[in-house]
Amino acid sequence: MAQVAVEVPPKGGFSFDLCRRNEMLSNKGVPPPSFRKTGTTIVGLIFQHGVILGADTRATEGPIVCDKNCEKIHYMAPNIYCCGAGTAADTEAVTDMVSSQLQLHRYHTGRESRVVTALTLLKSHLFNYQGYVQAALVLGGVDANGPHLHTIYPHGSTDTLPFATMGSGSLAAMAVFESKYHEGLTKDEGINLVCEAICSGIFNDLGSGSNVDVCVITKGHKEYLRNHQLPNPRTYVSSKGFSFPKKTEVLLTRVTPLQEKVEVIERGDAMEE
Amino acid sequence: MDSNQAKQHNLLGSEAASERTLYPYVTGSSVVAIKYKDGILMAADMGGSYGSTLRYKSVERVKPIGKHSILGASGEISDFQEILRSLDELILYDNMWDDGNSLGPKEVHSYLTRMMYNRRNKFNPLWNSLILGGVKNGQKYLGMVSMIGVNFEDNHVATGFGNHLARPILRDEWHENLSFEDGVKLLEKCMRVLLYRDRSAVNKLQIAKITEEGVTISQPYALKTFWGFAAFENPTVGAEGSW
Repeated sequence: MAQVAVEVPPKGGFSFDLCRRNEMLSNKGVPPPSFRKTGTTIVGLIFQHGVILGADTRATEGPIVCDKNCEKIHYMAPNIYCCGAGTAADTEAVTDMVSSQLQLHRYHTGRESRVVTALTLLKSHLFNYQGYVQAALVLGGVDANGPHLHTIYPHGSTDTLPFATMGSGSLAAMAVFESKYHEGLTKDEGINLVCEAICSGIFNDLGSGSNVDVCVITKGHKEYLRNHQLPNPRTYVSSKGFSFPKKTEVLLTRVTPLQEKVEVIERGDAMEE
Repeated sequence: MDSNQAKQHNLLGSEAASERTLYPYVTGSSVVAIKYKDGILMAADMGGSYGSTLRYKSVERVKPIGKHSILGASGEISDFQEILRSLDELILYDNMWDDGNSLGPKEVHSYLTRMMYNRRNKFNPLWNSLILGGVKNGQKYLGMVSMIGVNFEDNHVATGFGNHLARPILRDEWHENLSFEDGVKLLEKCMRVLLYRDRSAVNKLQIAKITEEGVTISQPYALKTFWGFAAFENPTVGAEGSW
């Protein structure tokens, strides 16, 4: 009879085998791969009727720009959006996770999500991981209690602010906000100020660049302005376009129009208190 | 200077006591300067911090040099005083020639660059970032020298935190031929942002002006600040018990 060795599955909890392997590799001189960071400028401000969030669109891997036009303003709920700076994987994962938690909560309670709910879920998760989840977030939204804007740091601390900036370009953007922000901004003034702050980050910080994304959230309505400003156009474009070497024969041309996405309308009641 | 060089031969041998600058002790925060229509405007606050304590609150960090220049410094205050002494000697010897020529801002800037770079090469730097501005024969000049000897000339310069907070504003809003009032307003805007966001800034600043006519350094004064945002008054409204 063949001896069957029964594989006992690990009892649960984190398995640290790969950490040992990583240490062994770095002792042998193999450098660890660099993280894809979003070396970023993200901002948020509260205006007369709600919240405006802004972000640049450059993602860097060390000294290389790996994505010229990435999306840093993440969806959390129909009335809540979150900008993320730091390690791209961490910001994506953490915002996706809290977004689905919020949706389950909405189904359970039958009400519109509140910004403080998202805030508490994010900050407890980040504190749990003691800063190892490197996500610095600017969370903004409008709920039954009015407009809210918060910043969340990788170790789990939060601030409630009238205007906020995060990321490597935060000082350049904060310089613009500190000198030009006042209460009671109109929507256009707010969007202009946010664009100015992001452009200040784009042009004065090496970790930020490309385009400006803006998201305006008001009571019951949101506008996601993707690539609202493109201050870095390609300067020289060849008029001949791209030419294939040696005449390429076109065998078949088929155009398939993309399918329209189906809109899911949220059915949540805005309950006061 | 010669006696200093004799001691520094021991750099790679046995060192009885360290005679090199290793860390700064009493430091000044940022200086911001711009060119305007008639000359140069330079602003610096009057704080000298000893680590994280605000020890000295009346340190003048902008000084006139000769007839044509002003020098502003951030970093170690004692090294700044040493630089002022060397420059004093330099200007004095120049005056003693009594030949109608006087050292202009370009020459003083060049002297400072050489001095800073050579000290850094000996691993004994003067721990300062210097801003040198002046007007001579109608020509405006504004330059910066860092502690490792990096030097350049520009229409607007800043040291320390001013590079991150003030230069973005200056890049946006500076233009040729600013009037005196506009220049002062622009500098005050930068100094206010620095006051809000730099922990080593104090609300007591001096603005120095140099034109063809001469140097004026203002009396110390304070900037108005605004803290009345609604969100600051009750940040936990809607979520009692959180922060």
